[in-house]
Amino acid sequence: MLMTLMKAESSHYSYSVRNSKLILGKNSEFLVLQCFSNFLMKPCLCGIKMVEEGCTLLRRMEICVAEAEKRSGKNAVNMQETFTVYLIETRPMDALNEGRNPAPDSLWRRYSEFELLRNYLIVTYPYIVVPPLPEKRAEFVWHKLSADNMDPDFVERRRVGLENFLLRVASHPVLSNDKILYHFLTEVLAIIFPCFCLFSIRRFMEMKHYSDELQSHTSQLLRARARVADRLYGVYKVHGNYGRVFSEWSAIEKEMGDGLQSAGHHMDAYAASIDDILEEEEHYADQLKEYLFYAEALRAVCRKHELTQFELEMASQDLISKKQQREELATGIVRTFSFKGMTNKLFGQEAPEQREARLKLLEELIAEGEDTVKEKTVECEEHVERAWVDMQRFKEQKDKDLREALINYAVMQISMCKKGIQVWGNAKECFLKM
Amino acid sequence: STQEAGLTNGTPVETSSPASVSSLFNRLQLDDDLDADSRDPYGCTETRDLFVTVDDPKKHVSTMETYITYRVSTKTTRIEFDLPEYCVRRRYQDFDWLRIKLEDSQPTHLIPPLPEKFVMKGVVDRFSEEFVETRMKALDKFLKRVADHPVLSFNPHLNAFLSAKDLNKRQGLALLTKVGESVKHVAGGYKMRARPPEFCAMGEYLDTFSQKLGTIDRIAQRILKEQSEYLTELREYGTLYSSWAGSEEELRRPLEGVAGCVTTCCTGLEDLSENMSQDFLPVLREYILYIESMKNVLRKRDLSQAEYEGRLEAAVLRKQEDRTPIPMEVEKCQDKVECFNADLKADWERWQSNKRQDFKQLLTGMADKNINYYEKVMQPVINDTLTRFK
Repeated sequence: MLMTLMKAESSHYSYSVRNSKLILGKNSEFLVLQCFSNFLMKPCLCGIKMVEEGCTLLRRMEICVAEAEKRSGKNAVNMQETFTVYLIETRPMDALNEGRNPAPDSLWRRYSEFELLRNYLIVTYPYIVVPPLPEKRAEFVWHKLSADNMDPDFVERRRVGLENFLLRVASHPVLSNDKILYHFLTEVLAIIFPCFCLFSIRRFMEMKHYSDELQSHTSQLLRARARVADRLYGVYKVHGNYGRVFSEWSAIEKEMGDGLQSAGHHMDAYAASIDDILEEEEHYADQLKEYLFYAEALRAVCRKHELTQFELEMASQDLISKKQQREELATGIVRTFSFKGMTNKLFGQEAPEQREARLKLLEELIAEGEDTVKEKTVECEEHVERAWVDMQRFKEQKDKDLREALINYAVMQISMCKKGIQVWGNAKECFLKM
Repeated sequence: STQEAGLTNGTPVETSSPASVSSLFNRLQLDDDLDADSRDPYGCTETRDLFVTVDDPKKHVSTMETYITYRVSTKTTRIEFDLPEYCVRRRYQDFDWLRIKLEDSQPTHLIPPLPEKFVMKGVVDRFSEEFVETRMKALDKFLKRVADHPVLSFNPHLNAFLSAKDLNKRQGLALLTKVGESVKHVAGGYKMRARPPEFCAMGEYLDTFSQKLGTIDRIAQRILKEQSEYLTELREYGTLYSSWAGSEEELRRPLEGVAGCVTTCCTGLEDLSENMSQDFLPVLREYILYIESMKNVLRKRDLSQAEYEGRLEAAVLRKQEDRTPIPMEVEKCQDKVECFNADLKADWERWQSNKRQDFKQLLTGMADKNINYYEKVMQPVINDTLTRFK
């Protein structure tokens, strides 16, 4: 994958993209992303236009992540690497509604491209709780699951997670209208992710606290669940030894032989049953993980707001100090210590023309500063509103999703108990026939 | 008795004819109601006339020592007993005395085993409820097995054990039979020709069976260990759901529901593990001891056969030299061996039959406990939690 960085007009504010290979400098820059499978260089500046809310992308097209494949290639530092790409398929809803079955449009994308899309959404819509991606590396594993990113089970679960991410984004009232998202799903071309300013707000102390709690609870729970799964695995598997010893024992018995032998088979079945049980439980764990990462997204929104608030304060301070300078220049009274003031004292005062020029510049800067502070304050307030709305939406979604997840978990436990009763019941029948 | 020719060949003594077994039996058994079941030649439960129970453990503290006694209750219609009912208190030492006396006086029979005599003071609490309970059950089983045995149950030592107010253990009842004495006096000089195939098969079976039981014991212990570790993790897991519930509104009830289910799971698991260590493992271990007893009896049988063969060989040689007739002792030895073989075979069948019942009971019990565990865990999830969710 090739990437080029282009410098554009500098603005006052800067932003850095975390966890990517694109470390930016002080000024805002544009990122050009080029897709792997098609070395096209078609730069296209896409503006972000907000269509009316409520008309989500998902109503207009069917989206799925159909397949996964291994690829090899050279990376940015010219080293050979192996990675997985995922096939995104889309079909227009109106064609499907009319009963036609057109072939889907499709393109391959790898995980890091999804990451770039998400980072862009975070930057562009800082007041929105952006859905998370599935985990980058396998964490919260209990010993049986491989921690290897190329493991077929992990790839499959990641495919499902990526599809889930796209569906969530495409059904979000605000995010689904984004043009970059549309291009991500449908077109093979270079996408530019412009960087924007960040905002912060104090009202989100509560939100921050809540996101900390959510993050802490889900991560602790996930760790404990993995430990419990590991132990439960051990209990079931040890019972498999009964199978072997009953079989050996049955060989020296006459009347008891058949019963023992059959019971042994049931013990084997019991030991084997834990694999499916725990595999199913992974889905529950995935649902918890999604909300662990969602908590992280929530915290990110809070952090950005804090940062923006800080910048607003800096801008305000800057304005205040410039106004003070103007006052000193105009009245000749020095209230604050400054180097210029010192040198003036040492080398004598400057000429009136110089003073005039400096005053004029200051006035311009102050005017600019006042505009900026006004702008920023309005934006801050607007973003508070929007973020608060999205947080309520998020909370409702979370309550609904986790409630369902907990019910499913309870159902899984019932199923596990029923299986246990069945196997031991079968074994008991065999023992009675001994 | 068997032909002389068969003996001079040096071939092992043939299995005694059914006639001699039943005549032997009739001499000892006064009860005429005999069930002719081939699998259990010694009778059926309807004709039982001796019932014993061991229960009610009590601690006795004296200046010298502290020990536990158990109540031994007897109900019987046998005329060997003066009264129809007895109730005495006995301690472990008394059971041990009885066992030794039975072994000495009935060397051709399999004596059931007792639970372990010595327990390491630091490791096991001899006065804990669980230990006493487990030991009592084993003593009860021992006594019931002796009481059910058609020969052993008529032993006078058992009579004394069940009825005497004070068991005077120093005054040994003079009932050491000649059979017993001669077995004791067998010197090392006698070597058996060959163990008859049916006894070989018994020996092999016992070795393999003992091995398999040992394996099962190890598996059960391992399961206990894994269950204990699972329980530890499960407890923490449950508390995490509770603490999360504290910071949620809509989700509070479902989360508390899950926490409750995890708690039920923990209690169920504790019960399951306790049953495994209190009921399952002790019975298993007792059978391993039983197997050792059986092996001892086999060895004693071998010894008596060796003695007979040795004496016979010597007598035959003497006869060839100076026509001295074969002495009476040699014939008596032969009788003894036949007796031993017959008793052993009958005991073996009986033991096999009991073993089958005991293990059927033990294993179905284990299956039942596991079924109960899953049912107990499932109930609150179905009843309580799903309604909470709605």
